[in-house]
Amino acid sequence: MVIYLDNNATTKVDEKVFDEMLPYLKDEYANPSSMYEFSVKSSNAIADAREQMRDFFGAKSEREVIFTSCGSESANMAIRGAVAHNKSKKHIVTTKVEHPCVLNTYKSLEKQGYKVDYVGVNSNGELDMDELREKITDDTALVSVMWANNETGVIFPVREIGEIIKSKNPNTLFFVDAVQGAGKVDISVEDTQIDMMGVSGHKFHAPKGIGALYVKSSVILPPLITGGHQERGYRAGTENVPYIVGMGKAAALAKEGLKYEGTEVKRLRDKLETGILKATYNSRLNSSISNRVPNTTNIGFEYIEGELILLHLSDLGICASSGSACTSGSLEPSHVLRAMGTPFTSLHGSIRFSLSRFTTENEIDYVLEKLPKVIEDITRISPYQEELEHLRKSRAKCNGGVCNKGNCNNGKCCESD
Amino acid sequence: MWKYSDKVMDHYRNPRNVGKIDDADVIGEAGSLTCGDSLKLYLKIKDGVVTDAKFQTFGCGSAVASSSILTEMVIGKPIEEVRKITNADIAKELDGLPPEKMHCSVMGHEALEDALKKYYDEEIEFDVSDNKTSRVVCTCFNVTEDVIKEAIEVNGLTTLEDITNYTKAGGACGRCKGDIQKLIDKYAKKNEPKLSPAQLILKINKVIENVIAPELQKDGGDIELVDISENKVYVKLQGRCSSCKNSVLTLKSFVETTLRDKVSNDIEVIQV
Repeated sequence: MVIYLDNNATTKVDEKVFDEMLPYLKDEYANPSSMYEFSVKSSNAIADAREQMRDFFGAKSEREVIFTSCGSESANMAIRGAVAHNKSKKHIVTTKVEHPCVLNTYKSLEKQGYKVDYVGVNSNGELDMDELREKITDDTALVSVMWANNETGVIFPVREIGEIIKSKNPNTLFFVDAVQGAGKVDISVEDTQIDMMGVSGHKFHAPKGIGALYVKSSVILPPLITGGHQERGYRAGTENVPYIVGMGKAAALAKEGLKYEGTEVKRLRDKLETGILKATYNSRLNSSISNRVPNTTNIGFEYIEGELILLHLSDLGICASSGSACTSGSLEPSHVLRAMGTPFTSLHGSIRFSLSRFTTENEIDYVLEKLPKVIEDITRISPYQEELEHLRKSRAKCNGGVCNKGNCNNGKCCESD
Repeated sequence: MWKYSDKVMDHYRNPRNVGKIDDADVIGEAGSLTCGDSLKLYLKIKDGVVTDAKFQTFGCGSAVASSSILTEMVIGKPIEEVRKITNADIAKELDGLPPEKMHCSVMGHEALEDALKKYYDEEIEFDVSDNKTSRVVCTCFNVTEDVIKEAIEVNGLTTLEDITNYTKAGGACGRCKGDIQKLIDKYAKKNEPKLSPAQLILKINKVIENVIAPELQKDGGDIELVDISENKVYVKLQGRCSSCKNSVLTLKSFVETTLRDKVSNDIEVIQV
């Protein structure tokens, strides 16, 4: 039995997506660029998928859609392309909580002489808009933010950010990493100032190995991969027809499913979240309550460690992820939670649950039945029994024993009550 | 997912000896909440024998497993034996740990060492760690030179990555990496383990036969191994070499250099 609550890491391929792809993995193998009747079906399939992606992006023209291999490639192409586009400018603004594919691209640009400012977030994971506004100057080539954060699910106000950017410097380009927004909330670029936006198919029930980049028609990006004329010269390499078809279908299904995400998936997420916070006294919510994608919750368990929680959950067939140092392989806990100032007491014990439209009520009930015992068992091993006892007493006085941080200052509010 | 041995999994699933001993004779501590793992080791010691041990751990699966097995390793053992336990022993007892997780075994050993130090401080004068410097090398994880030195010596570490896997040092900001490299240069063993006298003779003979003699034979000379006494190798140059006025040069610059390079760098070659 697998209860998969790690949909921000990857998702299962929708059966309907798989069915759509299958002919192109078998009989319809023609190269879409070829000059015979046999290739027409392949090239038409790409055109259809491009239209589906255009619709998904809310783009004006299908010429604004470029197929890539993944979210990382989309981000690399947009970022490296944007600085090449704005050659004379040497400044970039981004956030401290971007995905590593974006952050490490900036680290490499810093080595090439670019100055990058990393805007901070508050303890709810929300962007410091004043700092962002201040950082944009005449020399700013690019501003890039994520639509939603992969670890906390917190949504950044991309529409408002776009307006700020263009009011301060109309020549500054705006890239949005929408990998974690896609399929969870509407990511239409319509009526926004977004110049470029990347997504990754496997985060919304297409297979791994396919992504897309929206590029506004007024922006000319140099290709990252040079070669043939595919993607109108923006991205060389024979088109990955079955995967492009699959992502197109997945995008169409995702768009149809947005309402379900916002209601049913959200209801299950909230049930899980409230249930856990109520059933375990040493837990706290690691983000804002309201301003989030509907599928994600990030809960910190205090004085215990995340990898151990995951290992015990895994024994029960439950898949989640952790911001703990031990799971990252890097020895340092999540850069996102650290940027939020998440207290060290719960930083290492932070667990992310991310649902999908395939998550069932039974699965959530099962987790709610099993998880409290896991947390209790692990908490019993902790060397911080005195601190835990203090926490238990103070939490009992506070908000029905639930620290949902709506009125909570880094977990301190409960102690002062 | 880490590749944990069955034993590691058994120990984090069913940790032994969890909890505290209220009247413990010593409590050893290691790690911290900030660093992401910490351990309290409670020991009951009677007549120089560990009669009971319990632990409390904040940490990942391998940290719990290391602590759990450590309590099993010390219970019923005389202090003199417990003292000899190294982090490598803990890892071995768990049928190994992934390289990135070796620092968990180091934490177990640190807690044990801390407990023993406290015990000896109270009982008798002992130099368990008195003569150690405690210079902090990695400020992110508060790792001292002692800990790094011991990790290098006990586990035969030779690279920066090793040090980070075993002690966490250098795993965050990375500013101490230069410092760590210096410690590796200082403490890591560059030579192979010391050879026994018989192994030494065999090796020297092999190098002379397979490497040195063929070279000399090319010039119409030859060499005979006469005797070996500790680091002194007695040889007789033969053929054209024996009458060559450059024979001393041959001896020192070629024979001795080759033997020092291939066998041991303290070898002295003497012509008889």
